[in-house]
Amino acid sequence: MSGSILEIEGITKKFGGLTALSDVSLAIPEDSIFGLIGPNGAGKTTLFNVLTGLYPFDEGTFSFQGNQLRELTPNRIAALGIARTFQNIRLFANLSAIENVMIGRHVRTHAGVWGAITRNKATRTEEAGIQKRAHELLAFIGLEQRANDLAKHLSYGDQRRLEIARALATDPKMLALDEPAAGMNATEKLSLRALLELIRAQGITILLIEHDVKLVMGLCDRIAVLEYGKKIAEGVPADVQKDPKVIEAYLGVAPEKSAAA
Amino acid sequence: MSLQATLAGLRKNPKLFWPGVAMIAIALIALPFVLAMAGTAWVRITNFAILFVLLSLGLNIVVGFAGLLDLGYIAFYAVGAYVYALLASPHFGLHLPFWIILPIGAMVACIFGVLLGAPTLKLRGDYLAIVTLGFGEIVRIFMNNLSEPINITNGPKGISTIDSIKIGSIDFGNSTRIGDFVLSGTIKYYFFLLVIMLIVIVINKRLQNSRIGRAWEAIREDEMAARAMGINTTRIKLLAFAMGASFGGIAGGMFSAIQGFISPESFVLNESVMVLAMVVLGGMGNIIGVVIGAVLLSFVPEILRYTVEPVQMAIFGKMWVEPEVLRMLLFGFAMVLMMLFRPAGLMPSAVRKRELTKD
Repeated sequence: MSGSILEIEGITKKFGGLTALSDVSLAIPEDSIFGLIGPNGAGKTTLFNVLTGLYPFDEGTFSFQGNQLRELTPNRIAALGIARTFQNIRLFANLSAIENVMIGRHVRTHAGVWGAITRNKATRTEEAGIQKRAHELLAFIGLEQRANDLAKHLSYGDQRRLEIARALATDPKMLALDEPAAGMNATEKLSLRALLELIRAQGITILLIEHDVKLVMGLCDRIAVLEYGKKIAEGVPADVQKDPKVIEAYLGVAPEKSAAA
Repeated sequence: MSLQATLAGLRKNPKLFWPGVAMIAIALIALPFVLAMAGTAWVRITNFAILFVLLSLGLNIVVGFAGLLDLGYIAFYAVGAYVYALLASPHFGLHLPFWIILPIGAMVACIFGVLLGAPTLKLRGDYLAIVTLGFGEIVRIFMNNLSEPINITNGPKGISTIDSIKIGSIDFGNSTRIGDFVLSGTIKYYFFLLVIMLIVIVINKRLQNSRIGRAWEAIREDEMAARAMGINTTRIKLLAFAMGASFGGIAGGMFSAIQGFISPESFVLNESVMVLAMVVLGGMGNIIGVVIGAVLLSFVPEILRYTVEPVQMAIFGKMWVEPEVLRMLLFGFAMVLMMLFRPAGLMPSAVRKRELTKD
């Protein structure tokens, strides 16, 4: 196994008296698909939010390719190469699919006010590049035909895919996906799975929050389980599946055990 | 809508495009001469309408593109106007040429834009509106009181005998005689303003369809998602305030030059509200819509001013309703109608329209 792209060390996040994350440590191997699972309210999304700079955290360190992420704004973190999607889709709903992806290119392009006003050669070239890349990404997720449709008019599954395309437009090294399969039907889940494999094949590490255990077990190289803000298990899917703590977290205490007690 | 369709049709049909442009150009060139036949006052009114178009286009960047509500926009107009007045009047004995002052005015207004933007970055909607409203008032009150201990703005008395714009030997303050033909100063200003307006429209259009314009739209749509996508929302918002303010500053400078006299009274809250009404009436985010909104709201009160009295005298033999009162009445009525039938403005931008229609 190659080195870690992201090292999470002792992250603690408190909301007032509630400890949402308590001393969570993880190492995400490079080029892997890493699954983060756990019951509702376990702190998965909170971990994403502190990782991507949307919330400040209380203790611990994020080290992304040797860069410390503490005190960095979300846009700086995106510039470093972490892109994300949201659990409750946050596309630019009233803009077209292609515009959504083009906005994703913002962080990798440079044209300023002067370039926009003069439309000099550099700006025109850059603009053409943005459009080309945006079309490629739409083709990649299979939404090329719907480039000019508004994001809000796309089906739920397509919106999830479009959010992935928008995130990919920022040229990330790591993609953090918050429940990408939520609300998808079986066929859509299959094609999502194929898509994620393709993204990984391009050398992009994927950090995945997902409730669909079948999808996670089949797709991920490693899995970590959170419960009540604590990591209770980490390892390859086969081991995590058998871990009594994980079974307990998901299914409650086994009947024999409670009978014995 | 039909106008928009016509324009879109023009753009797609190259055979009709240039003749169309030529016709509009001829109409714009002929306009002041036709209006002058009805009285120079109408050319003057047109000039002020263009000033309001400039202001509306500037405010449109802040409100229409970036979605930041600004109720103190007239402050930048005031800043531009005072910069021009102080640098080209006997008040300080400075008489710099306009092509130096207008950019300075735009820059100073730009700085004020950033000054307003910086502390309000985290505010939105109503809260932002209140702070910007306060800012507008602060600027006006400063202008009113900066006559002591050092007399900078001359207080409520204002600054008078401000230089007119001069290009070479052409003085825009006086008439020029070309053979038998007399070109009045007002008409010359009309053409000057027309050129500035066209430049500003082109700049706005280009900004809208650029990386920066898309970032503004992203912030308006979902600020958190925009940040997560790597947009430096702080910078992009400040940029919107700065750009909007610069256009306000240029319009203010022109106002000073045309008017020859300014005082804080010209920059009251009501003016900010008027400019905002122009943007909203025309259609936030749509450049042509905003231009139409500004022209309509500039002309209608003037038309009322000139027609209400004679019409009432002719019908009733006496004045029942003052033009001023009627104006407010019609404004209120128009506002209700707008809310009912065209909530996104007369010519809404495609995006705005979508935002305001349920589906």
